[in-house]
Amino acid sequence: MSEPLLEVRNLRVEFPTRRGTLVAIDDVSFSISPGEVLGVVGESGAGKSMTGAAIIGLLEPPGRIAKGQILLNGKRIDNLRYEQMRRIRGREIGAIFQDPLTTLNPLYTVGRQLAETMTTHLPIGPAEAKKRAIEWLELVGIPAAAQRIDSYPHEFSGGMRQRVVIALALCAEPKLIVADEPTTALDVSIQAQVIALLKTLAREKGTAMMLVTHDMGVIAETADRVAVMYAGRIAEIGPVREVVKHANHPYSAGLMGSIPPLDRRVERLAQIDGAMPRLSAIPQGCAYNPRCPQVFGKCRALRPDLLDAGTTRAACWLFDTEVARG
Amino acid sequence: MAAAVKRFFDSDLWFSFTRSPVTVVSAIVAAVCILGAVFAPWIAPHNPFDLASLNLSDAFKPPAWTEEGAREYALGTDDQGRDVLSAIMYGARVSLLVGVSATVFATLLGVSLGLLAGYVGGALDSLLMRICDIQLTFPSILVALLVDGVVRAALPREVHAEIALFVVIFAIGISEWPKFARTVRGSTLVERNKEYVQAARVIGVSRARIMVSHVLPNVLGPVLVVATLNLGLAILSEATLSFLGVGVPPTQPSLGTLIRIGNDFLFSGEWWITIFPGIALIMMVLSVNLLGDWLRDALNPKLR
Amino acid sequence: MADATLMFEARDLARHFDVSRPLLQRMVAREGRRTLRAVDGISFAIPKGTTLSLVGESGCGKSTVARLCVGLYAPTAGKVVFDGRDLAQARALADQRRRMQMIFQDPYASLNPRWRVGDIIAEPIRAFGLVGTRAEQDNRVAELLTQVGLSPLDRQKFPHEFSGGQRQRISIARALSSNPEFLVCDEPTSALDVSVQAQILNLMKELQQRLNLTFLFISHNLAVVRQVSDRIGVMYLGRLAELAPAETLFRRPRHPYTRALMEAIPDLDMTGRERIPVGGEVPSPITPPSGCAFHPRCPLANDRCKRERPELKPAGDAMVACHAVEEGRDDAMPMPAIARDAA
Repeated sequence: MSEPLLEVRNLRVEFPTRRGTLVAIDDVSFSISPGEVLGVVGESGAGKSMTGAAIIGLLEPPGRIAKGQILLNGKRIDNLRYEQMRRIRGREIGAIFQDPLTTLNPLYTVGRQLAETMTTHLPIGPAEAKKRAIEWLELVGIPAAAQRIDSYPHEFSGGMRQRVVIALALCAEPKLIVADEPTTALDVSIQAQVIALLKTLAREKGTAMMLVTHDMGVIAETADRVAVMYAGRIAEIGPVREVVKHANHPYSAGLMGSIPPLDRRVERLAQIDGAMPRLSAIPQGCAYNPRCPQVFGKCRALRPDLLDAGTTRAACWLFDTEVARG
Repeated sequence: MAAAVKRFFDSDLWFSFTRSPVTVVSAIVAAVCILGAVFAPWIAPHNPFDLASLNLSDAFKPPAWTEEGAREYALGTDDQGRDVLSAIMYGARVSLLVGVSATVFATLLGVSLGLLAGYVGGALDSLLMRICDIQLTFPSILVALLVDGVVRAALPREVHAEIALFVVIFAIGISEWPKFARTVRGSTLVERNKEYVQAARVIGVSRARIMVSHVLPNVLGPVLVVATLNLGLAILSEATLSFLGVGVPPTQPSLGTLIRIGNDFLFSGEWWITIFPGIALIMMVLSVNLLGDWLRDALNPKLR
Repeated sequence: MADATLMFEARDLARHFDVSRPLLQRMVAREGRRTLRAVDGISFAIPKGTTLSLVGESGCGKSTVARLCVGLYAPTAGKVVFDGRDLAQARALADQRRRMQMIFQDPYASLNPRWRVGDIIAEPIRAFGLVGTRAEQDNRVAELLTQVGLSPLDRQKFPHEFSGGQRQRISIARALSSNPEFLVCDEPTSALDVSVQAQILNLMKELQQRLNLTFLFISHNLAVVRQVSDRIGVMYLGRLAELAPAETLFRRPRHPYTRALMEAIPDLDMTGRERIPVGGEVPSPITPPSGCAFHPRCPLANDRCKRERPELKPAGDAMVACHAVEEGRDDAMPMPAIARDAA
């Protein structure tokens, strides 16, 4: 296995509030290798988007990294000043958000935005930048790119706009892309086009990608490995096939089981009772214990770390060697 | 009741209040101004309108801390021997009465028309909003002057003197309602398309009932902010009108009247007659405005 | 299947919206009025006790149909028949209006944030004068809360104290409080997380059986629709492309759009198949393509498809609006993987 491109070590994000400090992300560690796509899934409020925001240095205040390190190519990036981080964000990390309109500047043509991004971060002149801008638009599948380069963002449809955003995130040739729900705002038919595009680009350019989404279908199709998050922690992490089809952690298993199947009708869908706890009321022990069908004494008292579960790593006492023996 | 009080002190609003020193100071200043004004007849050291107690030999006494000052007149006396501090307290009473009444009037009118325009829409909306647009092209003080002038011309002198206070309240109120109408219309347009309103419509709840029990409670937040900020403006408008001599009758002097009267003596050395009412006016308006600013920020979910 | 009498019927239903710019701007730009044909002539019927689902991508008009069906919009053309009566007539009568209710998509916007849960659920009870005394009303609210899996004590709380799934339960309790027979559900689970979606779908199925409810179910998610429907209508640009019994639709989809839609869904089973994206984008309903609205994206399109708009015609036990199907040319387009696997 090659050196990891991104390494997140024991990340902890806190939100100080008047009623005490909320821990939004707690002790999260993972790494992504070059060319690898790591999917991050979980329900809303599990902390998946916030993990992405922490990596690109765009945590919304008053949220802050309280503990842990984020390393890009072995260098720490979690303690950089805003200006330094901004340079890294364009050059080394590309970001794709759910809503393309928040990323694009409505006042500039898409060609200008692409060219400016490239001249800022790459050693090329304006003429070369313009040429490459057209190439990028063609690459992301915008027809008649040479003509459309002088169009403004509002002149593109939603799906086309998201392609422009992807081109913008990739054009400075970053080594890592953080994509937060890149296809959620799109229709199924457009979604498939965008996913296919991201996948090819990541493979061809050897770009690593962190793909945050709640859509398990997109993950199954795109990711190499998956991290399942629950209440601010990683519940399970492993190869996509194992996690989606043979999850070890009871939560991942429940989550995957509750997806309605497309190929058959079932009388009653598998469901997880209850709801994810609020950050202010995370239960003692394993955060999932009140909803877990396999809960036992230790789960209510102690919080499990990621343990070896054979095919994956799961934060669950079922895979504690002592329990297994006993 | 106790539970409601407890909930208030537990709320985010109270928390953000205690976290802002400027706001706490403003609140204290505003409270002192308001309490001083409201309880003036009981706590003022003198009654400036009791002619019997006035003594012309006490006229033009400077503030108490100067050499010629008298202990009983803390902020000095005016040309007729009235205690300036007491006059300010009584005057603030009138200013506050006019300001609050005008704001309440403008709020009631603006909120009802804005709600109607936003919810009913169509021609009624266009009509009401064009009226707002036209009125907003004039400075509100001009509208108030106009209304006052028309009423003055239309009514005999003695009748006018009797209802002068109401005329000022009406004039200021009518010049301020478009702000409320616009605010409420904007929020109403957002709320009326929300699904809880549609749910009520599916049941067949009447328009009037939807407006009053569903939409209204959800658009009042911004109104509270506008009303607070407007209170300061209304007090200022009244002072301006009174300063110009068209506001409240001279028998019930407001802060504006006091400033106008004192203005005559500013350059003859008796500065305290006009400066202290002026400071009182500034403190009152500023503290109310700062409270309004804080309320706007505290209620704005985007800034939280 | 319940008895075959119809609960609900839409006949050539259409709803157009005027989306013209204001008069002055129109005069300056020299343009005419513009009409958005959100729903443009659709017909379907729902027998009592069954579920009809409408699926389609955003902008296909499915939510407009939902609002037409409960009378939130008046139809531009065509009519809606509710239990044998014209909808406009039925909605004029409180005892008929009581029989239809709606569940909305956004659990954060569908409950008045200033009202207590008890008052929200009791609103239809009060509006229709269903129970007399305050105590009876409280009992009924408690019973409804229990029915949707919440605690009777929750009626004292405000909506913001609940999670999205719990709010959707409150919405369902409100809809059930007037003892309706017909429920229109507009994307009731699309704002929810998948584990909560399963809870709500199970609850709705359970309630349907227990209370013999008739559902019109609107969704963009084919997998969800498969779980709840008896019949399914696929909408494209304001019209029905295909209307078929649920199992028929999934085993043998006929319309090229239906097939393309199924092919585009991500493959959770990771059989290694690549998604075959539908080319192009959904056209604007303001300027729909001539003839069949799907023809610019359709692999089977020919000259007739560009000229002539296809009508819904029987094809097996389905109804399909496609010239290619009518002419027997549809075998040229392969069945989607899902249908192939089933066969």
